[in-house]
Amino acid sequence: MKQQTILTHQFANGLTLIGQPMPWLQSAAFAISVPAGSRYDDAEKIGTANFLCEMVQRGCGDHDSRQFVEALQMMGVDFSSSAGNYHTHYGGALIASELLPALGITAEVLRRPHLPAGQLEEGRMVCLQEIAATSDDLPQKAMSRMKARFYGDPDGRDSDGTIESIQAITLEDLQDFHQRLYQPDGLIIAVAGQFDFNAVVDEVGKLFDDWQRNPSPAVVETPPSKGIEHIQFESEQTHIVVGFNGCTYTDENYYLNRCAIGVLSDGMSSRLFTEVREKRGLCYTVFASNHSVKDNAGVFCYSGTSTARAQETLDVIVEQLRELGNGVTAAELKRLKIQIRSGLVAQQESCRSRANAINSNWFHLGRVRTLDEILENINAMTVDGVNDYLSKHPPADFSLVTLGSEALSLRDVEPV
Amino acid sequence: MNYRTYTLDNGLQILAECNDQAHTSAFGFFVRAGSRDETSEISGVSHFLEHMVFKGTPNRSAAEVNLQLDEMGSSSNARTGEESTIYHASVLPEFQSDVVELLTDIMRPSLRLEDFETEKKVIVEEIMMYADQPPYGGYEQIMDAFFGDHPLGQSVLGTVQSVTELTPEAMRDYFRTRYSPSNMVLAAAGKIDFDALVTSVKQQCGLWQNFEASREPVRPNFNSGFATLHKPNSHQQYILQLSPGASMENADRFASRVAATILGDDAGSRFYWEFLDSGLAESAGVGANEYQGCGSIMTVVCCDPEEAQNNLSRMKNVIQKAVEDGVTEKELTMAKKKIASHILLASERTETRMFSVGTQWLNRQEFRTPEQIADVYANVTLDEVNTALKTYPMDDPMTVVIGPRDDLVPA
Repeated sequence: MKQQTILTHQFANGLTLIGQPMPWLQSAAFAISVPAGSRYDDAEKIGTANFLCEMVQRGCGDHDSRQFVEALQMMGVDFSSSAGNYHTHYGGALIASELLPALGITAEVLRRPHLPAGQLEEGRMVCLQEIAATSDDLPQKAMSRMKARFYGDPDGRDSDGTIESIQAITLEDLQDFHQRLYQPDGLIIAVAGQFDFNAVVDEVGKLFDDWQRNPSPAVVETPPSKGIEHIQFESEQTHIVVGFNGCTYTDENYYLNRCAIGVLSDGMSSRLFTEVREKRGLCYTVFASNHSVKDNAGVFCYSGTSTARAQETLDVIVEQLRELGNGVTAAELKRLKIQIRSGLVAQQESCRSRANAINSNWFHLGRVRTLDEILENINAMTVDGVNDYLSKHPPADFSLVTLGSEALSLRDVEPV
Repeated sequence: MNYRTYTLDNGLQILAECNDQAHTSAFGFFVRAGSRDETSEISGVSHFLEHMVFKGTPNRSAAEVNLQLDEMGSSSNARTGEESTIYHASVLPEFQSDVVELLTDIMRPSLRLEDFETEKKVIVEEIMMYADQPPYGGYEQIMDAFFGDHPLGQSVLGTVQSVTELTPEAMRDYFRTRYSPSNMVLAAAGKIDFDALVTSVKQQCGLWQNFEASREPVRPNFNSGFATLHKPNSHQQYILQLSPGASMENADRFASRVAATILGDDAGSRFYWEFLDSGLAESAGVGANEYQGCGSIMTVVCCDPEEAQNNLSRMKNVIQKAVEDGVTEKELTMAKKKIASHILLASERTETRMFSVGTQWLNRQEFRTPEQIADVYANVTLDEVNTALKTYPMDDPMTVVIGPRDDLVPA
């Protein structure tokens, strides 16, 4: 593993800058998270954060809408943005020499967007198009409904909103959201790749250190409904999502759970792949992964399977989840560790992956786990440790969302 | 960075871009076998064979293949297209000899009946999975309509019926027409012990029999027209268009790719301003596809069904204007910046480097470094781009529209 250094700089207004130098690369990447996610949307106007993310890019500082897009192109930056639950994210990867200019223009987007009234309706249509896109993405639709049921509100919120909520949002709503939520306290800037950290600290200071902080507003929570939901739709396959309790990043059992779910789903010799796809040919896609929204976490298993065989697929998945509660083998854990190690080493080739990872680490943990540290934690896992965890926290209390032409039964498989 | 090659007596080539500073190693078999090599009776056989390669050999069962790949921590996958099938695996360098032994072994699969019949079900599920996704079979339909009788028009996946009717014998026969050592390469990139690689491959593949695997580069008679695929429960309308474009052999293919970027990439292109910035479409793009002996340009727009008829007109107008008036120096500069950046970012990943080595052999039996390729793009002139637009004007496309509208007409 190459040398892993994490550099940080805390600004007085609450903004955090983190950097991981990767001097073997000629590129650099930045990942910026503004604490202005959809959980802060008004309950009647979900989609505000997303709509604002669209509108802030329609002219900022000295750039009108077209000049902004052209500036990004001249930098050759692969720029992306999205509204998540806690944050709105802005980021990009580019040739190292363009990093500071890219941060400069992003600062304009965050601090001095024009929010032009004359482009409001275009922006609204873009948001409506995103909703329509999800409507035709059946696995995503099923997964989105699972998160809504499993986490409740606002943790399970779909940042896109609905047609009704997007139609209800006014320019004043966007201006108000920007003024209150786009502020530096809790804002994270992560950079990775080739850069001079002192120069980045100076630049970020110039761009942001006079920005006044604003406290994040409180949110009203609605508890989860969990349970079973069927979405009726005439499709070739039935799309199945099973959910059960997972581990947040700060949970002391995080790595134990990671190993358990890895045995279930990582690689072609994993349990789900072997039992559902390889042995029975029931599907093309099947997987399970741990998902977390800060204080809440779930393990979500997905499979798409032809309608006639969907009940069998669900039965096999549930059987495998129950079986996992009985523990993993030494051989399974050993090969999982090698797979994880491979993945961590490969991450060093991508400054974009590392920028996103260190940003996310900071948000969840208040620090960054180096790849060496993650590897150490994984290697420290023992079969006894994982199995002890599984005996105390076996997969159970399943929630189910299905999308297709026939509902399915969640048959309770008796534990052995 | 050191490019090394070795050719076995039976014609199998090993091509490796060796980088001692890399921390991973990537390997891939690139085979000239794809849907264009099939007949309608065996439609889908190349793709099904791709699956069967992982289902065991005389030396290992399917379960053992999966187990051993995971034990090496391998990130592996495969893909089949119209003209090629690619099998690849990325590992930590310490697993080089293990992964090469496995990859070379599975390239001579057993095609056992029980595995065959189970995997057939997986492929039927895969066909259904794509049937549920936009554009709901529209891609297969437009390729078939555009290419007509030409084999490039054949579906990669096949149909439920053609796949169900396939037998191991038919697959074996097909294998014996395409999987010749001189019709494939082993590409590698990253931290490679080249001498050890050559020794392994000679040992494992030295007895493979060479045979001729031909492919007739007959030029298609491209078709134009307009067809509707009615899908009432889709929310969006999907518009696909195909027109003739540059082939893999054409010198103007770089200028044509630059033109496609200016006309229809997802950030700052003509299509971006016309459709995406305005919210008139959810997605809108133009891309070039190059084949042996011919090429195509595909245009895809996804939008609200109510806007689809107007969008058909807009597509026509935007393309016509670009072809007639040409594009600007400023647009060319921005396109080059984006392309250069993309080449740089891609060149930093070992797996991408391995793909570049193998794909360049498949396409033109040559190798150029990322710097050399970046240079070619840097030297493309405005004249060349505008000439490419006129050479491939997209003015008489094959159009297929998919979605809830059944009343759309050509622009």
